[in-house]
Formats: sequence, C-alpha cells, structure tokens
Amino acid sequence: MRLKTIIAATALSAVMGVAPALADLTIPSLSYRTGPYAPNGIPVADGFADYITMLNERDGGVEGQKINMIECETGYNTEKGVECYESTKGEGSLIYQPFSTGITYQLIPKVTADKIPMHSMGYGRTSVANGKIFPYIFNYPGNYWDAASVIVKHILDEESGDLKGKKLALVYHNSAYGKEPIRTLEVLAEKHGYELSLYPVDHPGQEQKATWLQIRRDRPDYVVMWGWGVMNQVAIQEAVNIRYPMDHFIGVWWSASENDVLPAGEGANGYKAVGFHGVGSDYPLFDDIKKYVGDVGKSAGDGSNVGTVLYNRGMYAAMLAVEAARTAMKIHNTTDLTPEQVRDGMEALNVDAARLKELGLEGFSPEVKITCANHGGPGVGIIQQWDASAKKWNLITDYIEADREVVDALIVEDSEAYAKENGIEPRTCE
Amino acid sequence: MLYREAGDFKSTYAADQQTFPIKSERYLFWAFMAVAFFVVPFFINDYWEKSILVPLLVWTMVALGINILTGYCGQVSLGTGGFMAVGAFACYKLMTGFPDLNIVFVILLSGFVTAGVGVLFGLPSLRIKGFYLAVATLAAQFFLVWMFNKFPWFYNYSASGQITAPERTVFGIAVTGASSAPWATYLICLSFVFVFAWIARNLTRGRVGRGWMAMRDMDIAAEIMGVSPFNAKLSAFAVSSFYIGIAGALFFSVYLGAAEVTEAFGIEKSFTALFMVIIGGLGSILGSFLGAAFIILFPVLLKNIMVGYLGWPTDLASHFQIMIIGGMIIFFLIVEPHGLAQLWRLTKEKLRTWPFPY
Repeated sequence: MRLKTIIAATALSAVMGVAPALADLTIPSLSYRTGPYAPNGIPVADGFADYITMLNERDGGVEGQKINMIECETGYNTEKGVECYESTKGEGSLIYQPFSTGITYQLIPKVTADKIPMHSMGYGRTSVANGKIFPYIFNYPGNYWDAASVIVKHILDEESGDLKGKKLALVYHNSAYGKEPIRTLEVLAEKHGYELSLYPVDHPGQEQKATWLQIRRDRPDYVVMWGWGVMNQVAIQEAVNIRYPMDHFIGVWWSASENDVLPAGEGANGYKAVGFHGVGSDYPLFDDIKKYVGDVGKSAGDGSNVGTVLYNRGMYAAMLAVEAARTAMKIHNTTDLTPEQVRDGMEALNVDAARLKELGLEGFSPEVKITCANHGGPGVGIIQQWDASAKKWNLITDYIEADREVVDALIVEDSEAYAKENGIEPRTCE
Repeated sequence: MLYREAGDFKSTYAADQQTFPIKSERYLFWAFMAVAFFVVPFFINDYWEKSILVPLLVWTMVALGINILTGYCGQVSLGTGGFMAVGAFACYKLMTGFPDLNIVFVILLSGFVTAGVGVLFGLPSLRIKGFYLAVATLAAQFFLVWMFNKFPWFYNYSASGQITAPERTVFGIAVTGASSAPWATYLICLSFVFVFAWIARNLTRGRVGRGWMAMRDMDIAAEIMGVSPFNAKLSAFAVSSFYIGIAGALFFSVYLGAAEVTEAFGIEKSFTALFMVIIGGLGSILGSFLGAAFIILFPVLLKNIMVGYLGWPTDLASHFQIMIIGGMIIFFLIVEPHGLAQLWRLTKEKLRTWPFPY
C-alpha cells in the first residue's frame, strides 16, 4: 500500500513537472480557445499558428532553424496566464505575446526580471512604448492612446475640423483594458472642446440594455467603443436596436472583427473601427498559407478564419516575432538565439515597405521601425468600415497619424510614474 | 496494521485529546512538515512555485476561512471573492501608504481590516439564515468588487485600475515583486498557512468552535444552552474574514503580484472557495487542505497529461478538463457526501484494523 502510494506520488510529481525542452526556436502562443473570449481568441491563435506552420513547411523555419511553437491555453484568465508563462518559460521561450491586457500587466515585471522580451501588439500597458523605462516590453505598431487619438482625428475629419460642443461617448469594458483610453480622450476633449461621457460595461458584457438606454437618452454625437469578446456583438446589436447611426459608432481594433458585426446582420452596416493592418486575404502570402497549410490539412483550427481581421492580426503578430528573430540572427550572427538576443532584434526591427513586399504582404501594414527609445512604432491607425451586404470590411482612409504631441506627453508622464513607483532608473539611449 | 498502535498508551487527558492521537500519524505529520519546510525550498523552481505550491497554499488559506464560516458555523457565504478583494486592496494601500512597514504585519493588518468588513456584512446573519443569507453575502461580493473598481483612491488613481505589489522584504529577502526567489515566497505562504491552520484547529475544538458548531447544528437549541447567537455568528464571520483577508493579501502580493478587481476577485472565486470546502469536507481542517488540493492541482495535472504528454490540442484539453473535473466532483460526492476528509477518516479506520477487521 505505502509503496504504491510512493510510486504513485513519484509518477504524479513527474507528470506535474514540465515536459523536456526541445532545441529550435521556441515561440510560445498564449492563446484562449475557450471561455467568454474564445470567439475572438480562436482566429488570433489560428493566424499565429498557421503563419509559423507555413514558415516551417515552406522554408524549414527561419534561416534553417525550425520554429517550435508551444501553445498554452489561458482562457483570458490571469492566473492561467501566469501558469502558462511559468510552464513555457523553462523551455527556452524567446518572446511572449499574451493577447490579453490583464496578462500583459501581470507579466511586465516578470519578463523584465527574467530578461525575456514581450510584445503586446496594440494592447497591454500603453506607456511601455517608452523603451528607456521598459527595455523588455514592446507594443508596436500602435497603442491604445494612438487608437483613441486616431479615432478623434477621424471624427474631426468627418466634422470638418470642429468638435466644439459635440458629445462623445466611450463604451468600455470595465477593466484595465477598457480604462486605458480614458486619460487620452479626456486630454483630447480639453484640446478639441468636445464633451466626454463614460459608459462602463462589466465583464463579460452580455447585458447592456441599461447602458444603451442611457445612450439613447443622452444622444451623444459619436460613440467610441473599447470592447472585447461577447461584449462587442452585444453592443453593436444594442446600438442597432436603438437605431443609433452606425457610421457614428467607432470601435477600437479589438472591436473590429467579423464576429462582432455579423450577428447584427444588415443593421450593422456602416459600423466603423480603427485598425493597424490590412483586411481580407488578397495578399500573396495567403496563397502560401493555403498551399502549405490549408490544402495539406495542417490548419490550426478548422481553416474557416483565414482572411478575417483577427486571423490577420494573429498572423501579423507571428510575422513580427519571426522578423525580430531574423533581425536578431543578423545582429548576433548566430541561429541559436537567446531571449536577450531576440530583444536586441526587436529593438532593431525595421519592417519597411520593401520588406513587406518580400514577405508577400505589400501594403498590409504601416512601416515599423523600432529604436531603443521608441518601442511603440509608428503609432498610426486606419479606419475600416463594415459593409453588411458584401459581408466585408473596407478600408476607408489612409493611415492616420496619432496626435503625437498629446500621446507622447502622456506616455512620458505615465512611464515615469511607473519608474518612480518601482524604483527603475531609466536607461540612456544614444 | 499500518498504524501500529500497540503500546501507544495515553496517561493524561492532554495526551488523549491531542490533534494526532495515534503515534505513527503524528510522526507522519511531523515528517511531512519537515519535508515541506526543509526539503522543498531547496528544490522548488518558478514553475512549481507559481503554478502549483503557492496557489495551493493561498487557496488552502481561503478554504480554511470559508470552512470556519460555512463548515463550522453553518453560515453559507458567497462573498468570499469580495472579502479576498478587501484583503488584497488593504494590503496594497498599506504597502504603498507605509513603505517601511514589514510585509508580515501588512498582511496581518489586511486580515484585521477584512475581519471588520466581514463582521459588517455578517450582521444580516443575525436575522436571516440559509439561502437568504447566501443572497445577502452575494450582495457583499458584488458591492465590494464594484466599490474597488469605482473609487480610484483604492488603486491609487492608476490609469488602468490595476494594483501592483511593490517589492517588500522579510529579513532582507524579497518576498513580493518580480525578483523574489521561489523558495522565499513559498516559505512565507507556508508559514502563514502552518500557523493559521494550527490556530484554526485549536479554535474549532475549543469553546468558541463548539459554540459555532452548536449554532450550526441547531441555533435555537444552542441559544437555550447559553451560546449567544450574536457572539457566535459574528465571531465566525470575523475569524473567517480574517483568514480570507490574509489569503487575499497573499494572493495579490505574493502569488500574482498584480491584480485587477473584476478579473481577480469575481464571483467565480466565491464559488471556487465554496466548492473546495464542500468537496474537501465541511467542518474539517484537513478537508480544507484536501479540497484546495483537489480544485487547484487536478486541472494542472490533467492539463499536463493531456497537452504535455498526449499532445492534444489545447482547446480540446481545456474542454475535457472542465468535463473531467465536473465528473470527479459528482463522483466523489456520490461516493462520500461528506467530502474527501470523511473518505480519509474511513480509510484510516479501515487501516487501523487491517488485516483483521471486526
């Protein structure tokens, strides 16, 4: 009996431990294919995985090094996210992309202590754009405050440059993520003279009747949304129900997927959102994804998401990670990378128009050039609009540059407050 | 047979009434403690710390707290998540407000703050019982989470509403913050759990605990026998909240390092805590440990088997895990409605007489 217990305990502790590490380039994918945020998490994870599978199949990895992607299910939950981080870290993970603002906040001090870079692409803590204070965290090509500013700029264009006396409403996920744009929108309100009202929606956001009744009563001229998961669909449906003019309803890039607008049917026609990359699958790269992944049955999911906004975003994230690794290989002249070398690669990342063309993604995204001080990239956004009858997104503007004066000042202010709170000495960037 | 009781005579009442009256069990306990305190810290790594042992210890603390209230005093509470939030935010405000105060005292003070809040929300228990009380504590859960999200003072006006634990040390060794060593955070949690499980065990078999149990078994009879419902119920709420507050403080400062109230202390935390004590065994200290272990360790174990060894897709594994855990809960409750602790008790009775049962 006791012997059996001991054997069982040993076996148990062996199983509780982590599977042995493999060589190659290890890139973890902290995905969420379950839980209330799964409808958004699945296409992101599929895009991420498919790009890496495609590289492994087509080129045999990066510069001859195969990529070993380890997927870990976080369920958009911070505790599981931490568990995923700890369990994948030991396997030589080179770069983390948690696709969750909450998990990003959690991991910022941890990855900095462990010296592993983290890329929170268009989410997470905005002020990590200040590379002097956050050497290991990156959030290129744009952050929440850029998005808020781009939205306001677009509204300015619509209103021919004058927002005096206009009313803007922010409908937001009542969490760290949703609260991010408030400061920026407040500062911009002072600058442009609009009036900002706030409508928090609690997780997960399935019940928003009261919020939208209030919006119907207050009649804001524009509604800006910071939603995620099921909250997006519900908000768009409710906006349709109160007959809110959809072209005055603008979402952030996480409220901009097909899943969000399709349930509302025709009513969602004209809904706008800001984005930072192209939509659809009319890029040469998708032919390779089809050829090396889809057609041979190696898709991460059921293959139905190819070309959707969030699939493209997951793919874009993987592409940027791989490009950073490639840059790191050039700098350090090795194919056997360490996390610190990947960090150097990210800091020297330069994905310009020519490189995008080589990758088969001409015009897919803005040019991204990262420096030691600027971890936030260009900070531009593009407005996309939903065409319900054709069931597709259309890009209706060029890339709009955020109000750098306002956003940069806020970034410096917030990152310096963080540095002071945590006793970080800003490094110098020459 | 496995328990050799021959020659294990008790000649004093104290010896007869100790927690582990059987000698071999006592030795086993001390051996276990010696391993936990003196061996594990040398082998622990980040993964074992952050994914397994520290969550286990923190949740054990929560389970001890809820077991005192629900298991011993019979007051059903769904406010656990809210009380954990009180502990976490009290800890955060004390840490940032008094940077020189030792973290151990900060955590203890957080417990006292939570105890105060717990007594306040325990007041309805003097008039209502059972499901009605559950609803009143549910209100506490929602109110507290709403409050910590609504008023920026609680999170020091940070833009995101996120609270982050700064680095604090015990005897010069960092136990909070990102650079704290795994063994340090493990030992601080273990010490808290060891001391407070000890206190809980002795509280529950003394006068106070007997008052709670009398109140649980039949409140009118207890009152006739001289147990004051006011004292018994409110003291249960206070002690229980104290434990949960300490757990909340450890959860935020040592385990996660950062937290966001709606995400970290939602209603599901309250349910998790209640499930732990129901599966572990209501009214049992050992049950708190077993219940927490079951709820915390099984998902990790299943995930490692399904994803790490069998190589299943993560979403499939995750769905399977939910189903298996649900199935296991039902299975264990059918096999033994009084929880894992009772299962252990019965096993022990059998082992004591094995191989010659009478």
